[in-house]
Amino acid sequence: MSQRYLLKNAQLPNGALTDVLIVDGVIDSVAVNIATNDAEVFDVTDSVVLPGLVDLHTHLRQPGREDAETVDSGSRAGAKGGFTALSAMANTSPVADNAGVVEQVFRLGQEAGLLDVFPIGAVTRGLAGQELSEIGAMADSIARVRVFSDDGNCVFDPLVMRRALEYVKKFDGVISQHAQEPRLTIGSQMNEGNVSSILGLKGWPAIAEEAIIARDVLLVDHVQSRLHIAHVTTAGGVEIIRWAKARGINVTAEVTPHHLLLTDELARSYDPVFKVNPPLRSEKDVMALREALADGTIDIVATDHAPHTMESKECEWSEASFGMIGLETALSVVQKAMIDTGIMSWEQVADRLSTAPARIAGYEYQGKNLAVGSRANLTVINPKKTWIVDRDLVTSKSRNTPFHGYELPGVITHTFFNGVPTLLNGVINQANGKK
Amino acid sequence: MRHLLSIADLSKTEAISILDTAVELARISDGTVKKLPTLRGRTIVNLFAEDSTRTRISFEAAAKRLSADVINFSAKGSSLSKGESLKDTALTLQAMGADAVVIRHGASGAPQRLADSEWMQGSVINAGDGTHEHPSQALLDAFTIRKHLGKGAPDLHGIKVAIVGDVLHSRVARSNVLLLNLLGAKVTLVAPPTLLPVGVDSWPVNISYNFDEVVASVDVVMMLRVQQERMTDLFFPNAREYSRYFGLNADRLSTMSPTSIVMHPGPMNRGLEISADVADSARSVIVEQVANGVSVRMAILYVLLAGQPLEVGGK
Amino acid sequence: MSSALSAPEIARALIRISHEILEANPDSSKITLLGIPTRGAHLAHRIGVHMREFAGHEIAVGTLDITMHRDDLRMRPPRPIMPTSIPHQGVEGREVILIDDVLFSGRTIRSALDALGEIGRPRRVQLAVLVDRGHRELPIRADFVGKNIPTSITQSVKLHLTEIDSVDEVMLEDQR
Ligand SMILES: [Zn+2]
Repeated sequence: MSQRYLLKNAQLPNGALTDVLIVDGVIDSVAVNIATNDAEVFDVTDSVVLPGLVDLHTHLRQPGREDAETVDSGSRAGAKGGFTALSAMANTSPVADNAGVVEQVFRLGQEAGLLDVFPIGAVTRGLAGQELSEIGAMADSIARVRVFSDDGNCVFDPLVMRRALEYVKKFDGVISQHAQEPRLTIGSQMNEGNVSSILGLKGWPAIAEEAIIARDVLLVDHVQSRLHIAHVTTAGGVEIIRWAKARGINVTAEVTPHHLLLTDELARSYDPVFKVNPPLRSEKDVMALREALADGTIDIVATDHAPHTMESKECEWSEASFGMIGLETALSVVQKAMIDTGIMSWEQVADRLSTAPARIAGYEYQGKNLAVGSRANLTVINPKKTWIVDRDLVTSKSRNTPFHGYELPGVITHTFFNGVPTLLNGVINQANGKK
Repeated sequence: MRHLLSIADLSKTEAISILDTAVELARISDGTVKKLPTLRGRTIVNLFAEDSTRTRISFEAAAKRLSADVINFSAKGSSLSKGESLKDTALTLQAMGADAVVIRHGASGAPQRLADSEWMQGSVINAGDGTHEHPSQALLDAFTIRKHLGKGAPDLHGIKVAIVGDVLHSRVARSNVLLLNLLGAKVTLVAPPTLLPVGVDSWPVNISYNFDEVVASVDVVMMLRVQQERMTDLFFPNAREYSRYFGLNADRLSTMSPTSIVMHPGPMNRGLEISADVADSARSVIVEQVANGVSVRMAILYVLLAGQPLEVGGK
Repeated sequence: MSSALSAPEIARALIRISHEILEANPDSSKITLLGIPTRGAHLAHRIGVHMREFAGHEIAVGTLDITMHRDDLRMRPPRPIMPTSIPHQGVEGREVILIDDVLFSGRTIRSALDALGEIGRPRRVQLAVLVDRGHRELPIRADFVGKNIPTSITQSVKLHLTEIDSVDEVMLEDQR
């Protein structure tokens, strides 16, 4: 007996109303009024069916900080947020700078079985920025790592960055750069500007991000490799990327949901839930980021989901850890910032949160945009409904969401991973996991 | 008014009322009365996570003159310096039934974290947080200026004040800019560009890099403490050069108007931002600032605590 | 709301109190009048003017704020502190006459005695009030009374003075 699911009355990203039939993990047909009598049927009237979301920037904290998140709990949070693939950042303990760690994370992902967990490898050994990590071994491991990043740290030494960019050409890899000039950000706490001047919190100048982006687009052009800029936050950074793309430089860029919606004004509360690296910027930057995401200057949305325990946030601002969780709110925040404002279409959302990230990272079975015959990775969102974010009800192990108490649009009801529902009517469905 | 976290929380009326209350309290304290029963039975905790003997003693004297019970948590040996979290300390204070916590902390915003949390219920008084604010210092400075130059007016309308020195790292400067502006004074910040924060152009002040162009035209020169280690962080080449351009010495003092006054929040670096002869000159009201501090802090405690219902104290 | 004491009645009462104080204290150079702000201070001033006329020399008049000594501070929002000004003769060994507008529970006067005790030790303390409305909660009585006005506990007695309210009168008001 084959596994068959039928989504009735779905709206495709292009607006067409249709049914979607999934048979044995594959999208069997996308057509109006599909008749079948042996499929499990979900009436998804009013909902949009998107290709399964792909995150290129997720901190799953395992190994090392299992008290904040694990591959399993992060996978559940991902499924809840409509994701079918996550990219586990390398800044774990031990650092994912060798084949052993990336294979461990990859296997944990398979055990959880709710979505693809693709490990990201560290660029440098121990994230120290000095020697290259075992890039080749990680690429050849069962995890088949293609994205490398020292995220949390900037690959600051221009020679190290050059060599890394060159080295990954061997297997069409990409370096995801956390752009932060370290000398200009010693002890920095928040965006440098009017608000930081009043709050007496050490400023984090936009230039510290922009200087690295400028340097690296020139470097990648010189060595003809692939560069990805993680979490762009400034209007100036957008301008440099726009200039680089116009010159044909091979650079891609991401923006986080929180940088599309929140500003540094929130720091006035001194509540470290708003403390994040890179920091929340000004209204002007937010507007520039939205425009850049819509016009394609910024290619994708990535969550930078960064779980932290209560202790590391229930303290003074300057003592607190940087980071926010984001998997479960990402799509709703994008709807609020980009769809409900009329800046972007659902088709563009499908590209920015699924097709484009899968293409950048080379995730073979992801981002196939509901093509018939492709693996059935998809997510169903009802954009007409709203929900109120409650940090005590999150699926992640950590509760450091900056959106606590926000009413957000868009309720995700179903997620299908390889044709199997991982989220059913808003509830995690782990029964079909591979464990 | 429940807490005093920032001057930005005060209305002009509230600020003037604190100053007026301090005037009466100063008058009472000048006489034979050393102690008032006003806060009898209240517990005030001085939570000093950073060393500041003078501010702590000033608050302690103010609380004791109002008959409050005072508990000191000082920097050395306090739970905060041993890595206990602010939260755990607050829970302890709540259990002790603290009606108010006077907090000095190295982290900007720590007092607001205490006040906004559910951890404790008493009033929170900011006695200096990081490079953010030091509201009681600004109030005592305004009190001192009004006494000397106020000509009987309730506010500081039209009085010209220069604040000179390390504005970037100064909580005193931030609170003073807000309060002086609230009370109608005209503030000019004088500093090397390295010691002014990015974003200072949004403040209600004039900016000058040239002390000599400002010193003769103001009624008050308020010097800020400059820490020696700033020069290793490249804020200025060396102490000598800083002193030459931004120090208050006898030459600059001689160009000041005869009715003008010199202030400094202390502790002073004599010879760096202020020369010894200026600090001790007749124009200097620095010692008086210290005395006024007690009356102003009594007024703050009175305004915050006297009307506080019993339930809030958590007894 | 009804008028319990008219302007001429208030004026007569203050003159009478002035005479009575002088009769009770033959050495008028030893007298110090201390009015309790706000209205008691104005009454003290007026009584002082009368007494100077009758005695033929200056009478020491000052004010004594009791805010910091109140026992009901927690029941209301903090009130502004009023000036305390003790005449240069001080209070030590003096005949101090406390002056207030309305005598009610007696708590204000208890606070005033505490406040006075902080300043010094008068030879004797006497009390003059314009209105005694009854309902004492402490063993305190006035030595000089303008008028006894029996009231119910729910009523309020309010003195208006030209210095503040542009008219002299005592109003009786029913409260709910
Ligand atoms: Zn990062």
